[in-house]
Amino acid sequence: MTGPGSSHDKTTADRPRTRLGEPVLILLLAGIAGLVFGFLLQKGGVAKFDILIGVLLLEELTVLKVMLSAIVVGVAGMTVLVPLGLITPQVKDTVIGLNVVGGVIFGVGFGLMGYCPGTAAAAVGQGNLDAITGVAGLIAGSYLYAMLSKPISNTVGQWGQCGNRRLTDILPLPGIVVSIGVIVLLVIVLAVIEMVS
Amino acid sequence: MTGALAVRALPGAGVHELPASYPYPEPAWSPYLVGGLIGLLTLVLLSMFSRRLGASSGYADIAGLAGRGIAPNHTNNLAYFRENPPSISWTLVFVVGIVVGAFLAAWTGGETTGVYLQNLWLARFGEDSLTLRTATSLVGGMVMAFGARMAGGCTSGHGISGTLQLAPGSWIAVVAFFIGGIVTAMLLYRL
Repeated sequence: MTGPGSSHDKTTADRPRTRLGEPVLILLLAGIAGLVFGFLLQKGGVAKFDILIGVLLLEELTVLKVMLSAIVVGVAGMTVLVPLGLITPQVKDTVIGLNVVGGVIFGVGFGLMGYCPGTAAAAVGQGNLDAITGVAGLIAGSYLYAMLSKPISNTVGQWGQCGNRRLTDILPLPGIVVSIGVIVLLVIVLAVIEMVS
Repeated sequence: MTGALAVRALPGAGVHELPASYPYPEPAWSPYLVGGLIGLLTLVLLSMFSRRLGASSGYADIAGLAGRGIAPNHTNNLAYFRENPPSISWTLVFVVGIVVGAFLAAWTGGETTGVYLQNLWLARFGEDSLTLRTATSLVGGMVMAFGARMAGGCTSGHGISGTLQLAPGSWIAVVAFFIGGIVTAMLLYRL
């Protein structure tokens, strides 16, 4: 019952198989983790269209409060758990061209749709019907990218490849100093946000 | 009168000027509490399951699975799907979990909506804007997923999971997300 292709579906040649990418138990845990995440997103107000557009209009900063406090807790946890060997960092390669160009394209889509991929799913669960249209767009856009991935990785994908080093590896400071510096900086930003809002 | 200008800029859309201090809704729980718990969830996923928190690649899996159903040869020949074979993956099931979890949260909090046009959209574009909303939602979703695949993640994968691991590319991407988003939203809602 584990791994691709081991399910009991004896499909005909013209019917493509839908594979389980993981053992069922792992997928069950993924569902539970997603459920917790979705529950938190909705309770945090970030499944709401108005609140998501509000951050892009720089008028309602709940989204920043949620993201920055998640990062503060996460950085603090990493600082302790990585040296103890309890977490192995899972960092994607930095490719400046893709991160910048793809990031700006993502942002344009975010502004138009008003939800991001995670909060769109949460908005669907909450009952925002426009998010269902958005999810259809997300699926179509993913396929469109798959059609164009080759020319993109041969061009923009070549700009600024920096590997998967973390800030703690790059900066000429002890890792703990970098981590604490980031935490202090983000707490200051959160305090400023709290003061202006 | 910026409102009059905006009407001329988008003829026929029934565009209204948003009130200068728009009455935004309140989140049910403290955003700091929710953020802290999301940070903990990310740490648990990394330490116990070696998984990054993320959502956008789940849509790529759905796209690949649908593509295999509709045009199997075309889909199977795409380099992206050869390198990332679509399956019922961790992230796909995670995204389904998000829908269920958000439903439970909205249901227990009496916040289920069931509407197509959301309040801020209505305040800006009026009741008669179903087509425009469908277009922005659909095109926005396509553009966003394209950008997410290119950048290597979304507001969850880069914005939370990558940033808290202090990945430089994730910090670059999240700044780019907000630059693109702020410019677009300002043009749509405040012009």
